[in-house]
Amino acid sequence: MTGPHELRPAGVRPPRLETDRLIDDPRTRIIVCCGSGGVGKTTTAAALGLRAAERGRHVVVLTVDPARRLAQSMGLSSLDNTPRPVPLPDGGARAGSLHAMMLDMKRTFDEIVEAHADPDRAAQILANPFYQSLSSSFAGTQEYMAMEKLGQLRRAEEWDLIVVDTPPSRSALDFLDAPQRLSRFLDGRLIRLLTAPTKASGRAYLKVVNAGFGMITGVLTKVLGAQMLRDVQTFVAALDTMFGGFRERAEDTYRLLQAPGTAFLVIATPEPDALREASYFVERLSQDRMPLAGLVLNRVQRSPAARLSAARSLAAAEALQPAAGNGTHAGNGTPAGNGGATGNGGTASGNGGSAGRYPLAATALRLHAERMQLMAVQRRVSQHFTAAHPGVPVTEVPAQPEDVHDLAGLTTIGAALAAG
Amino acid sequence: MTARDTDWEGVRLHVVTGKGGTGKTTVAAALALALAADGGTVLLMEVEGRQGIAQLFDRPPLPYEERKVAVAPGAPGVPGGDVYALAADPESALIEYLEMFYNLRHAGRALTRLGVVDFATTIAPGLRDVLLTGKAAEGARRKAGSRFKYQAVVLDAPPTGRIGQFLNVAGEISGLARVGPIRGHADTVQSVIASPQTAIHFVTLLEEMPVQETLDGLAELRGLPQGGLQPGAEPGGAGPGGVQPGGSQPGGIQPAGVQPWLFHPGGIMINMVPPVDLPADQLTALAAGRADQDELALGLKAAGLDEPAGAEAGLAASLADELAEHARGALAQREQRERLARAGQPCYELPLIPEGMDLAGLYRLAAALREQGAA
Repeated sequence: MTGPHELRPAGVRPPRLETDRLIDDPRTRIIVCCGSGGVGKTTTAAALGLRAAERGRHVVVLTVDPARRLAQSMGLSSLDNTPRPVPLPDGGARAGSLHAMMLDMKRTFDEIVEAHADPDRAAQILANPFYQSLSSSFAGTQEYMAMEKLGQLRRAEEWDLIVVDTPPSRSALDFLDAPQRLSRFLDGRLIRLLTAPTKASGRAYLKVVNAGFGMITGVLTKVLGAQMLRDVQTFVAALDTMFGGFRERAEDTYRLLQAPGTAFLVIATPEPDALREASYFVERLSQDRMPLAGLVLNRVQRSPAARLSAARSLAAAEALQPAAGNGTHAGNGTPAGNGGATGNGGTASGNGGSAGRYPLAATALRLHAERMQLMAVQRRVSQHFTAAHPGVPVTEVPAQPEDVHDLAGLTTIGAALAAG
Repeated sequence: MTARDTDWEGVRLHVVTGKGGTGKTTVAAALALALAADGGTVLLMEVEGRQGIAQLFDRPPLPYEERKVAVAPGAPGVPGGDVYALAADPESALIEYLEMFYNLRHAGRALTRLGVVDFATTIAPGLRDVLLTGKAAEGARRKAGSRFKYQAVVLDAPPTGRIGQFLNVAGEISGLARVGPIRGHADTVQSVIASPQTAIHFVTLLEEMPVQETLDGLAELRGLPQGGLQPGAEPGGAGPGGVQPGGSQPGGIQPAGVQPWLFHPGGIMINMVPPVDLPADQLTALAAGRADQDELALGLKAAGLDEPAGAEAGLAASLADELAEHARGALAQREQRERLARAGQPCYELPLIPEGMDLAGLYRLAAALREQGAA
């Protein structure tokens, strides 16, 4: 697409991310959507999944924490830990199938424990207060469980394309690090220290840990209390038996992410914070040799009248509505001008009444100037990203006036993703 | 201290949460500036290791040390106070805690080297959270002589999805430590966080998902099942930060023995509010695409936007499309604003700063918060 409303002038244009080519390629088996919170990751994942299904793929979308209305948008009253079929709007000749599921972190974790420990040991672990805290908390566990579930779906071989939406991590590193962090944690000296007393006694375990062991346990007892230390030790000892299997799976999943059939999409909005995070992802993915397909830029502002610049538009608005209109408008930037829940529009109708000829045209011109200014800011931050990562293909999704809440909305987003 | 009435008189710890992408850190910083405007010293604290405060104030990454990052804009005749900032991390908080309570600084370092904190983060995030909330509570209660060191502490807290868990430190810890020093510490911290001296503010945009998270978060703080807020229910009668009598709970049902209002919900900060230029009574018509294109074309001509013959119509049609899109957005925002208004907490509106956020933008947001009585 070319035209005056494009975000970038020629010259700093990044390669185009061709999403249809990506989802149509049967070798693409996993698409991972990552990015900071609030950039539309889940919506992008759902829209891509729907489009791929409409184009003949058998797709499952794994999401972590969708808005309820997004679940409803896919015709599901709830999403649980099982893939649920989503009826496609128009089952054309080429149509494949679409399933969607939402990760239940605790249930996924419980299933791993049950699969890796004998029933008695599993029951012991499941009842431990530390296990309950670990398995239902968000810190790190969710990232790991999302990757675990991804591995399970892949092994099930029921779908030829898995689209996964990553958790809104505190840090970009979390989901990539989860498997390794788990391994490091399980191999750590602290674990050996904690498990040692239950495995051996007397001087034997003193060799396992470094000098100062007495001091350390002394401190732990003092700070944690004896009861808590005992619970930790019981928990760690119980988990110990299944450590091997755990680690192996974590490493399998990590390798799966590096495999040729996987494509990472970094999702962002044209705002400094989101693009800074996106840069971080891009660098991290390359460092870990993870296959990056490109950047999806959501909520890009566009204008069908981009030939009219902000300055000219504003000058024209002022020509129609001099002094009074201008003064009132300047107040709009403050909350007093916005007027809270009921007072909207007071300024504009006031303008129309007092000063303006053609009040609607003046308003339209002011709005257009604002839009052009926003576009200029967005262009600047996007170019900044492209300058730093010139080889990363980009597709842009125009800002939508309303939130997406049905399949038609997802279809629109999917088409925009393809159009770039 | 001042003659001004603010909505959060007596609140010493302001916890700011919000969905990712809503500008939680920005609003927390603006609130800190607004609170310091009367000349007091305010501590702005972040806990997620993102160094968002340093970026906002254009400074190198903050260490685990309280540093002055800004001077608040003063009122006429009153010089503005200072804003200090702290990037708290669990490791440093643990070492400090061990030193403060047990005089065990070296042992703390040894524990950190052994990975105790990594361990705690992994198996019991409640332990991590209690270290961080404990630091905020300590800042809010610290004395310098007979006065408080900080007039207020503003905590840039984890996102809404995790806020209940983050604040409920005693609850999270109680399953792990029934007795003992950690439990004691958690109980002390909880007594500060659940007191009327602490208010939990929500940052949102006028978009459906952040608004839904705000309403869910408020419901969680109020101990109601998610989504349990009755549309149109009267807000709690005790007012902002007030202790709520059980009887006037929204929805009216309060299980016996459960303390209502475990936490004190604060304000709803609606961030990035776009300036609304369209007359309210025309929104629906404009949204439906019924802008008068002839009038627009005449207006453009009158404004001197002379284009080649026939092009005015094209421009008018394009602008009409933009008007319709803008009106649809404004209608959707109005619906979200009404949902927030029904939540029964004071709402504050912060303007969209189109040029991007910098110190000048922060000052504007701080002024907006003060004008509306949030600080």
